[in-house]
Amino acid sequence: MDFSFTEEQNKFRQEVQNFLEEEVKKGYWEPACDAWVQGFDPGFTKRVAQRGWIGLTWPKEYGGERRSHVDRLILTEEMLRYGAPAACHWFGDRQVGGAILSFGSEELKKEFLPRIAKGEAYFGLGMSEPGAGSDLASLQTRAVEDGDYYVINGQKTWASCASFAQYFDVYARTDPEAPRHRGISEFIVDAKSPGLSRIPMTDITGTEAWNDVFFDNVRVHKRYLIGEKNRGFYQVLHQLDYERSGMERLMGNYPLFEAIIQFTKENKLSQEPVIRNKLAQLQIEFEVGRLLIYRVALVMEEGRAPNWESAMSKAYSTEFENRLASVAMEVLGPYGQLMSGSRLVPLRGMASHSYLGSKGYSLQAGTTEILKNILAVRGLGLPSS
Amino acid sequence: MKLTLTEEQEMLKRTARDFLADKCPKTFVKQMEEGETGYSRELWQEMAELGWMGLAFPEKYGGGDMNFLDLAVLLEEMGRACLPGPFFSTVILGGLLILDVGSEEQKQEYLPKLIRGEKIFTLALTEPGYRNYDASSVTVEATPDDGNYIINGTKLFVPDAHIADYLLCVARTRPENGITIFLANAKNPRINYTILKTIAGDKLCEVVFDQLPVPRANILGQLDQGWSAVQKIIERAVVGKCCEMVGNIQRVLEMTVDYAKERKQFDRPIGSFQVIQHYCADMATDVAGARFSTYQAAWMLSEGLPCTKEVAIAKAWIGEASQRVIALAHQIHGAIGVTIEHDLHFHTRRAKAAELAFGDANFYREVVAKEMGL
Repeated sequence: MDFSFTEEQNKFRQEVQNFLEEEVKKGYWEPACDAWVQGFDPGFTKRVAQRGWIGLTWPKEYGGERRSHVDRLILTEEMLRYGAPAACHWFGDRQVGGAILSFGSEELKKEFLPRIAKGEAYFGLGMSEPGAGSDLASLQTRAVEDGDYYVINGQKTWASCASFAQYFDVYARTDPEAPRHRGISEFIVDAKSPGLSRIPMTDITGTEAWNDVFFDNVRVHKRYLIGEKNRGFYQVLHQLDYERSGMERLMGNYPLFEAIIQFTKENKLSQEPVIRNKLAQLQIEFEVGRLLIYRVALVMEEGRAPNWESAMSKAYSTEFENRLASVAMEVLGPYGQLMSGSRLVPLRGMASHSYLGSKGYSLQAGTTEILKNILAVRGLGLPSS
Repeated sequence: MKLTLTEEQEMLKRTARDFLADKCPKTFVKQMEEGETGYSRELWQEMAELGWMGLAFPEKYGGGDMNFLDLAVLLEEMGRACLPGPFFSTVILGGLLILDVGSEEQKQEYLPKLIRGEKIFTLALTEPGYRNYDASSVTVEATPDDGNYIINGTKLFVPDAHIADYLLCVARTRPENGITIFLANAKNPRINYTILKTIAGDKLCEVVFDQLPVPRANILGQLDQGWSAVQKIIERAVVGKCCEMVGNIQRVLEMTVDYAKERKQFDRPIGSFQVIQHYCADMATDVAGARFSTYQAAWMLSEGLPCTKEVAIAKAWIGEASQRVIALAHQIHGAIGVTIEHDLHFHTRRAKAAELAFGDANFYREVVAKEMGL
């Protein structure tokens, strides 16, 4: 066992920190909770890309750096610590690029990976539908073959980053006769395609968080099929393992954590035993979560897709984020209810925003319940219910 | 970063697991709990022959020259098997402390006997009313008298004192800031032992020193300067205890998952019910968190890195996580799990005792709070 980072890794972390410090100092952006999924800043994405930090683990021939998953975790950990606006590239970098790399044709790899890595292709996801949430295999969006094309009809929902997305990673039913897990395929769809339309959805915090995405006879060339026809459900499971694997599940609202600790110190609240106890418990839970997530990166480093391991770390970590937001609200007392922009609002409104937003943390990318099913059945070998 | 064991450690783990499965079944544990001494001399000797007592001591004293992380692996297996006896007191509380602060002469004198399994050691630290593991709570006094010190007072919850050959007694030698560690012959008639009846069925003693003379030469480390050594040993004892707890709850998780697969109600295994699956998932998560945080602390100790915060995190986490794991294990086992015939209670009772040992979660949360600068 070795819980340390190599000298190179420490140097890399420092390099990332220096970059982010500089960005904040120049006033390019302000650290914010949820900025990984809500902070759209093409300039920032471009500057990250120039350093070679998008697609960090991918092969060099596709614009990557072939660095380790631990390196990537160090990078994303620092992005989250600083609350950096990384939403433009986050999905392409985290999962769609990986899906293309694992299942896509050589042509697709060449077309998309270098552009994602350069910060020039932003992706959104087309997975959930109004009738297909936790039960993703019941999705109804259809893709019908027509010569060299598929014609897609249907509706996707909860599409994060969708307003800015230039492409969608879309799952649609290609064989309605087959058992439901075996009739789904994965496509890359250009957001500018005729027939594709988006309607923004506002979340409980007042933020435009998702889009409904409608497909009305959207034509997609067959070369934009990722992997094998009708294997899409197995591919999405693989992709979800990556979607759940990262530090954003633990550190989505990390700027609030640092801010509330600072706040208690400045207001002498940190002398109160109950507050000390609660903040220390958060710190303990945070450190444990961090270890669970580094374990996932090490699993990936072995060349395995993390499965129940990322289900475990994600389920655990979003519960931490929920508790962090709740404790922050408790510490602030009546000031906790003030929203961003209000007179007297503490911590730039991060607490109230995060408290409300945290209700979604344990739902996105697999509810806690679905994740515990995965852990129980695939990790512990319990019989399927 | 690497979270897996080395090949050697895996081998040690397998050897220990097989040996203890054979030599330390629950029938044996029960027998030891009921017996007066609480351990088997024969098994003790076999463990010594396997090199377990000497594992983490230098070769020149007859040890195996391995490190604290290797010892952690062994302790985990001992916790898994609920091994009764004075291994923890002798090796961690006694041996490592002698290795830390003993003179070369003292090490030569005591460590080889300890490693060969000939002598049993323990640490007399806590006292009535003692809660905070700080120097100011030590009231047992040692006063100089010719070439001796005379020790008076009562120590409490001293593990295995009744069978120990040597007691390392932490005593006050100056009213303020003066703590000294004495190595006392435990068989001296001026020491009285009462074995306490404990939840874990282990042998914790009340130890009364009645004018016990200890030669000045038996001071371990420096006069009045003993507290930092005590702190250092508490740190390792905490992590060692965490390792035992990891083994304990790992076994509880496995027993529970196995039971959930086998036990049928409503014509199906109860493990196919989602609520039981989620309980098991929660247990597995708690165990994983306990494992990584404990081994992180053990690794840091092994590397000689400062780790006050990591040690506190490990103990605070496992103290509460183990209670959650045990509670769910009982809920899933149903009534059979609360019978004395079933093995689960061995784990339940030990987990509670271990949670209380060397400070509970509240205690260590305060340590973490200080480390956070609160």
